Amino acid sequence: MLTKRIIACLDVDAGRVVKGVQFSSLRDAGDPAELALTHGLAGADEVVLLDISATYEHRSTLLDVVRRTARQLFIPFTVGGGIRSLDDAAAVFDAGADKVTVNSAALADPALITRIAHRYGSQAVIVAIDALRVSNGNRSGISFGVKATGGRHSTGRDAVEWANEAEKHGAGEIMLTSIDRDGTRSGFDCELTSAVVNTVNIPVIASGGAGAAEHFVEVFREGRADAALAASIFHLGVTPIGALKQDLVAAGIPMRWPC
Amino acid sequence: MIAIVDYQAGNLASVRKAFDHLGHEAAVTAEAEAISRADKIVLPGVGNFEATTALAGPLQEAVTEAIDREVPLLGICLGMQWMFESSQEAPQLRGLGLFRGECEKFPAEVKSPHVGWNQLQLRGVSRLLRGLPEASFVYFTHSYRAPLVEDTVAGCAYGGTFSAAVEHGQLFGVQFHPEKSGTAGLQLLRNFCEL
Repeated sequence: MLTKRIIACLDVDAGRVVKGVQFSSLRDAGDPAELALTHGLAGADEVVLLDISATYEHRSTLLDVVRRTARQLFIPFTVGGGIRSLDDAAAVFDAGADKVTVNSAALADPALITRIAHRYGSQAVIVAIDALRVSNGNRSGISFGVKATGGRHSTGRDAVEWANEAEKHGAGEIMLTSIDRDGTRSGFDCELTSAVVNTVNIPVIASGGAGAAEHFVEVFREGRADAALAASIFHLGVTPIGALKQDLVAAGIPMRWPC
Repeated sequence: MIAIVDYQAGNLASVRKAFDHLGHEAAVTAEAEAISRADKIVLPGVGNFEATTALAGPLQEAVTEAIDREVPLLGICLGMQWMFESSQEAPQLRGLGLFRGECEKFPAEVKSPHVGWNQLQLRGVSRLLRGLPEASFVYFTHSYRAPLVEDTVAGCAYGGTFSAAVEHGQLFGVQFHPEKSGTAGLQLLRNFCEL
């Protein structure tokens, strides 16, 4: 049967893997191509590489990293960070990526999603949404606001509403990151995840907060995510992918294991 | 030389990279002449069935002529769908008709597209799938699927069972992406190279 996917994410700055907490304070965790290969061999279902520097001078470094990484990876490889145009996307696809993620640029111009999808297919376009819990004041409950530019700017948009709009523009998947949970290892935001999953028909990748196997079980069960993404717990060997997948199999979650 | 047909429909580099990794020479080409000279042909493709209109004319002729000479042909994803008669995705178009039936949308009960790793239900003997264990995981990403036919060598269960792989003589088709399916996919491509 169709399995839930475990995705290893590499945040890359100037050609090195880094990892932050709640989108700030970075530390070096290694060479992207090597780490991607290691994670692939360990059982990752997909690899995502996010260029968090996304400044012009680091662009060619990024493409070189993408090329080196793609050369030895035979599982789906997604690249994102600073993709602002069809040309940016094309350069990344030419370097070997199978999918791209777009975030701030799509918020500013949703037609970008459509342009990339039209040329490469919807399956190649993931819309990344960074969301922050917002208390509703008078109304009971929580809603989720969308942040742009690496979590630095509030957009005033609602994450659920934006996810739906992204789908309508041709997004193939949603990559949903909880800014509140990112880097904390305290678990995914399952309410945020299920709020989006329940309203879109495309796959949703949960991101932000992974710390242990039970977090993944929760985000697949309660969150109803189709895939879950993690970074530092894999790079730093906190939760080896193989052990994680075995735990998930034991918990009855459909998994590609052994592989 | 393996010719990977470029009809502007998808990431061809991944397919070529997989053959490179296996040590077999493969070239991406949009030239009918290169297809005519190839030892084996790969028809990749992602996206809408509409994209197959780019195959009409000299490319299609080169492919069908090579088929007559029993040159091995592997269709991947959209490429496999084109080997059937047609697809509901673009009902005005005709495929090659090498396998019977029309490709259809997934039923409403399941999310579409079908994205991710799913398992092969092997049927009968297959040269393409030699060495792949039953229930091997491979990577799918598609919204339309091909029906089960006599030539189905692997089914897949998602909203009912559909053809994941078909095989007849030197004609092979896979709905999934062997170049994205880890070791199982590389084994399949190795089998194709060694035919």
